[in-house]
Amino acid sequence: MATPLIQFEKVEKTFGSNRILKQVDIQLFQGEITAIIGKSGMGKSVLLRHIIGLLRPDSGRVLFQGRPLLKMKREELRIFREKVSYVFQGNALFDSMTVYENVAMPLIERTRLSKKEIQDKVREKLEQLELYKVDDQYPSQISGGMKKRVALARALVTDPEIILFDEPTTGLDPIRKHAVHHMISDYQKRFGFTGIIVSHAIPDIFYISQRILMLDEGNIIFDGTPGEIQKEKNPTVQEFIKGLKSGQDHVNGMALQQTEGEKRFHEEMDRLERYNIPFSIILLTIENMDEISLRIGHMAAQTVMKDFSTHVQKHLRIIDSCSRFELSKLMVILSGSNLERAKIVCTRLSIELSRIEIAGDNPFSDFCFSISAGFIGVGKGDQLADLIASAEKKKDMRYEFRVC
Amino acid sequence: MTLRNSQLTFLQHVQNLFAGLGKYPIEWIRELGAVAIFFISSLVYIFSYPFQIRKIVDQIHFIGAKSLFVITLTGAFTGMVLGLQGYYTLVKFGSEGLLGVAVSLTLIRELGPVFTAIMIVGRAGSAMAAEIGIMRISEQVDALQTMDINPIRFIISPKVAAAIISFPLLTAVFDVVGIYGGYLTGCVLLGINPGAYFSRIELNVMMDDITGGFIKSIVFAVVVVTICCYQGYFVHMREEGFGARGVSLATTSAVVISSVLILVVDYVLTSFLL
Repeated sequence: MATPLIQFEKVEKTFGSNRILKQVDIQLFQGEITAIIGKSGMGKSVLLRHIIGLLRPDSGRVLFQGRPLLKMKREELRIFREKVSYVFQGNALFDSMTVYENVAMPLIERTRLSKKEIQDKVREKLEQLELYKVDDQYPSQISGGMKKRVALARALVTDPEIILFDEPTTGLDPIRKHAVHHMISDYQKRFGFTGIIVSHAIPDIFYISQRILMLDEGNIIFDGTPGEIQKEKNPTVQEFIKGLKSGQDHVNGMALQQTEGEKRFHEEMDRLERYNIPFSIILLTIENMDEISLRIGHMAAQTVMKDFSTHVQKHLRIIDSCSRFELSKLMVILSGSNLERAKIVCTRLSIELSRIEIAGDNPFSDFCFSISAGFIGVGKGDQLADLIASAEKKKDMRYEFRVC
Repeated sequence: MTLRNSQLTFLQHVQNLFAGLGKYPIEWIRELGAVAIFFISSLVYIFSYPFQIRKIVDQIHFIGAKSLFVITLTGAFTGMVLGLQGYYTLVKFGSEGLLGVAVSLTLIRELGPVFTAIMIVGRAGSAMAAEIGIMRISEQVDALQTMDINPIRFIISPKVAAAIISFPLLTAVFDVVGIYGGYLTGCVLLGINPGAYFSRIELNVMMDDITGGFIKSIVFAVVVVTICCYQGYFVHMREEGFGARGVSLATTSAVVISSVLILVVDYVLTSFLL
């Protein structure tokens, strides 16, 4: 196995009488997005702060490419820090500086670039993050979502190799949450940075990360892929990722919501198992989502996606549901329909949808969705993830069409 | 057995007593050391390349230029009241001609540096503590660290440089305005000969007096800026309050500690300078 980029060896951290990290051993690899999940106050942010040296372990070591951070010489440490950016939970923007100054700050202080070069770089990042006409505003004058994007711009402006995100989507509305996730995942694909994300956004975070670590009571209780965590038997992990089942989580507001689609699926499954009422699923995948995001920006792409889902809903019966699934998919659940009917509906949808003008609703008129549609009937006890996977695989039952 | 127990508790009592006695001085000394390191590193970073000229000028504007009005006002009234009090005291001995000397020496050697420092503590010192404290609690200081920007160099050094430049200049303004304030009450209102007022000043105020005053004002600058910045910078280490409450406590102690220290240091310095 390759040498880990960052490695924790038996890291211990205690605050007062509170033992936050207990002999934590983790390995983080280059080019991966790793999500750290866990209940609030379990030390996820503390873990993240150890990586960048804001906190020092009481015992144990944090290594970067096999070199312990604490033993690094000043110059080595400088080079290491140059490669790392940190996005704070509360953004930590400099509130007495304008948005432009905030983003330009790491470049002004750390590089010898000319004023013009700095200006170009900052403008580029601000535009990529759809921050227009806010250069001269102060952080307190812009919205929460914008602040988050300014913080992201500031983190990205130095082209870092490692980015640490401390709850990047907390406090954002669902559309912006999707947009931020999509942006992180897309940037990761384009620039290949290593991302470490502390997040509560379950299950969304599973779609963009390659590895999941779960921290509980100071120990790492799960380390594996998003696929593996769904099958994990450990009751604490199960309870956490299905969070909402226990009433307690609702009370403390920490519930990690199932998506609308998943909820609907479980309802239908219940009816199937109890009363034998069949149902089937149509999966619409927008194949060129990345390309569209690149063209019109993440936020706009997410909005268009939402509009599109409204259109699809209009072409369905009232008892059917259409919901977002992952970042670029729509899941249509056809209540009381068997495979035959699903095929008919799918054919009809592909014809009707290709006639609508999605572009008419928004200012970005020059793109098309390339959509592939697959359908599948559901049997008792089927798992949603398996169904989705097989709906995607069955080439002979797919329709491909374009919506412009 | 009982004897042994009572011996142990007695020993423990003694130990606790000494531990209690020792705890505060040790904490005190540790804190003093931390303050000294804080000041020295901020002083060293003033001269590190690239120089932060722009930020220093901004701070001089904030600490110096913006305090000018307050300093002029307090200087004028201090001088005027000195003129008034001095006149009624001196006239009893028939030596009201010495009023100019009395007013100017009091101002230059004592009241100028002390009052200026205390006024700046109230105007700029509290603001510095609050500003840095808020930067700390909103993680802006941490953000600087993650960007590999030294927060002491970035935030504290310009303030230290600006204070060391501004304090003596403001003290000079205070002294001059004060002397004219004394002239206003002494000569214009109470009728002392203006010639006598100014010529006695010229004859009796020595260069040593003025240098002494300036030395004091520079020392006060160091004390004030270090204490105020230190209180704000380490606001998260306070045990009795976090967040906004921590900032308010930090600001209060910044003002109280630096005002008290000004007077203490003033006494010590005077005894050395005289």
